[in-house]
Amino acid sequence: MHKQSFTGGDAMSLPSSTTRGAITRATLTKDIRLEWRSKDALNSMLFFSLLVVVIFSFSFDPLAEESRRIAGGLVWVAILFAAVVALNQTWARELRNQVLDAYRVSPAPPNALFMAKALGNFLFVSLLEALMTPLFIIFYNLRALGPAWQLIPIALLGTWALVVNGTFFAAISLRTRSRELMLPLLLFPISIPAVLGMVAGTTAILTGENSAHFWIVLLLTYDLVFTTACLALFEKVLDAE
Amino acid sequence: MKRAFPILATFTALALVYASYQALRVAPTDALQGDVYRIIYYHVPSAWTAFLLFFINFIASVHYLVDSNRSASRVAKWMVLAIGIGGCVVAYVTPLPNGMRPSVAATTALAITAVYFVIGKYFSGDRLDMLAVTTAEVGVVFCTIVLVTGPIWARPVWGIWWAPGDIRLTSTLVLWLIYVSYLVLRRFSNSAQTQVLAATVAVFGALDVPLVYFSIWFFRTQHPQPVIGGGGSMDPRMLHVLLISWMAFLCFAFLVCWLRYRFETMRREVEEAQVLESLLGDDRGPSAETGNPKVALNRSGL
Repeated sequence: MHKQSFTGGDAMSLPSSTTRGAITRATLTKDIRLEWRSKDALNSMLFFSLLVVVIFSFSFDPLAEESRRIAGGLVWVAILFAAVVALNQTWARELRNQVLDAYRVSPAPPNALFMAKALGNFLFVSLLEALMTPLFIIFYNLRALGPAWQLIPIALLGTWALVVNGTFFAAISLRTRSRELMLPLLLFPISIPAVLGMVAGTTAILTGENSAHFWIVLLLTYDLVFTTACLALFEKVLDAE
Repeated sequence: MKRAFPILATFTALALVYASYQALRVAPTDALQGDVYRIIYYHVPSAWTAFLLFFINFIASVHYLVDSNRSASRVAKWMVLAIGIGGCVVAYVTPLPNGMRPSVAATTALAITAVYFVIGKYFSGDRLDMLAVTTAEVGVVFCTIVLVTGPIWARPVWGIWWAPGDIRLTSTLVLWLIYVSYLVLRRFSNSAQTQVLAATVAVFGALDVPLVYFSIWFFRTQHPQPVIGGGGSMDPRMLHVLLISWMAFLCFAFLVCWLRYRFETMRREVEEAQVLESLLGDDRGPSAETGNPKVALNRSGL
């Protein structure tokens, strides 16, 4: 994959969008393959969120009606914490053998790398959600009283909101002491509107009391604003050694 | 400049004393809340000062990020101009959400443009970053005062310390959290370009605040909470004292920022000198260890 995209033309001027797409694809494939073979991120995320679910389930022990009110909060808090585990590993593996430095001096567009990393994390966290949702339904006896299909856009937009900022801030926290601690410190305050949107939207659907429309629009706005900001500023962060 | 500092310090001290006298003795007692309300003469000016400082931090960070690139700088300049002119037009042409006056919206839009160009004119390069770190630190202090005095007032008046989900409380708290994480990043960074990383976080934080405000605005209309103030009208005598108090707080904030800025300048000069000295020491080779005690001391970390 790498060979196809890099030897195909003048290496110093990688201009077209196809090159950009090829770099994104190559990095994404590489990350998925690495994850497929090691299963580092996915296993640790899964086990971590399983622990959170179990601990929550015996610390609250709710009735069906109560669990509809609190499940939205619980599920997203569990996924937020678990996502940090995966996000912390995003760039760490590129530090070995100075891969990130090599990327910096290459003429490849930084945004292509960023998109690949963000998409990779999006896939992993989505997979985690797909595996965790049945568990939550079993542990908390959940049944949505509102339109359940709306949970899908909330989950997709919410996951992207966490992951796009998380990938960006993971790149920033790479440049700090106590890296793994820094990411949640930076990510959580900025993610408050997104987490609020996910939790309130999910609760609205589970209880069926009001429409989740506003929260979907909020998440969409959040995603648009911060995806643009990440793409505009990622080059600066990558270059700030 | 050095002579101006004690003059300003004396003036600030007098202004703070005068404002306190006005707030505690002269201002009339509130008909409903009694004397408890007087805390607003500290709470509200601190909040305005904190927001102003965070705003300057945001503008300085944007300048720091775009100024290194000529085309980005040009785009930013036009965008800021568009915000100023567009804001004025929109404020008077379209209906605003209730409670918002067109003159306030237009003034805010013009202030953004004015502050952007003023900071761009007087600060450049590393000085922008120094301005950003100064305003962020002092802003966090004022924001802390707001978050502490708020609950002290709320407990007797509302009956609760904190109203979760209230629009102003939550957005102020989130603002405080964002700027604390900004300062933590500056402290923990081991990058040679901490300034760039910090500036990006400042921009992200500034983008986040309207979203927080927007999201909680809806939240609160669903679950009404006790609201600050009663209808927004204020006795002119109280407003007068409030403005005097704000002026005193602004002078104080300016004074502290000035000190912090000078301290930052000196810190960087010392750092540069130390780097230079150790580089020169290396050039002289092993004889420097014995020949120049100053360098030797420096190397041993003293």
